Amino acid sequence: MSVLTFLKPRGSGSVARERLQLILAHERSETSRPDLVITLREEILAVIAKHIEVERDKVQITLERGEGVSTLGVDIEFPVETAKAAKKRATA
Amino acid sequence: MAKVLCVTSGKGGVGKTTTTAALGAALAQAGEKVCVVDFDVGLRNLDLIMGAERRVVYDLINVTNGDAKLPQALIRDKRLENLSLLPASQTRDKDALTDEGVERVMGELREKFDWIVCDSPAGIERGAQLAMRHADVAVVVTNPEVSSVRDSDRIIGLLDSKTVRAEKGDSIEKHLILTRFDPARADRGDMLKVDDVLEILSIPLLAIIPESLEVLRASNLGCPVTLNNPLCAPARAYADAVRRLKGETVPMSIPTDRKSLINKLFTRRAA
Repeated sequence: MSVLTFLKPRGSGSVARERLQLILAHERSETSRPDLVITLREEILAVIAKHIEVERDKVQITLERGEGVSTLGVDIEFPVETAKAAKKRATA
Repeated sequence: MAKVLCVTSGKGGVGKTTTTAALGAALAQAGEKVCVVDFDVGLRNLDLIMGAERRVVYDLINVTNGDAKLPQALIRDKRLENLSLLPASQTRDKDALTDEGVERVMGELREKFDWIVCDSPAGIERGAQLAMRHADVAVVVTNPEVSSVRDSDRIIGLLDSKTVRAEKGDSIEKHLILTRFDPARADRGDMLKVDDVLEILSIPLLAIIPESLEVLRASNLGCPVTLNNPLCAPARAYADAVRRLKGETVPMSIPTDRKSLINKLFTRRAA
């Protein structure tokens, strides 16, 4: 490695290497449980369904694979209970 | 009316995925609502070329099996809001795709988008046939090289027999994109000429994509070449292809990248 190595602009090749290393690390660990996200979604939904009514179409799941960690995002849209509905539930 | 475009070739490694990403992005850049769909189940790569590999949650198989709804599986491009990706599954194989599932998903996609660009797997088997099945338009990607041209001829035969349009007696629009073309080598007579390929395959030419470092650079970065550097030669060739697909008459040319003197001096050949 010489001084020139540091002066050379970072090429697209090193970006390619980093992207591959990251995604392959995730894929190697994910192949052992391919349906993890589906399982997580179902169990999270089951817990939430105990308290509020949720439509399956209104659930948006995002996943961001990062270095060393992944971030799972679960966005659930549910209707705000109106006073009328709350009263109805209370009397039922 | 929505159009389903299948990018196919028979032979692997000729530039189907690059072409799918480039055409999809160029159509979106022209204002169309576009979804690019990866049919290469088990060996997905379109996500990588589009730079969305870290954000894949659900895939085509999850949608055809009913494990996820289509909107949940679509990945919106971060650079172009009217461009989406439906990734292939990495953990299943091509037998996991059902005829009915694919038909239903293509129907749903037609309602949401102007263009659905399907990236076919290599080969002529089930995966490739399902990718082309619902196409209105097919783009056959060919390299100016004997085995690629022969495989393209096989694929053209399948397009004329195994697609829904062909079975109904309608014709399917077919176009040729010649990739990795090197004008200097063709001039020296060391490469099949454009006219040779056209005469053999007898389908209309949509574009000639010159061999270019820009294609490799774009895939390294995970950005369609038309988006990464819209002014480079391959990007201009793909942009012209899109104008032709949309019905414009654009004179055919082979774009070139002019190298500046500085660039020439400092460009080194790989050892």
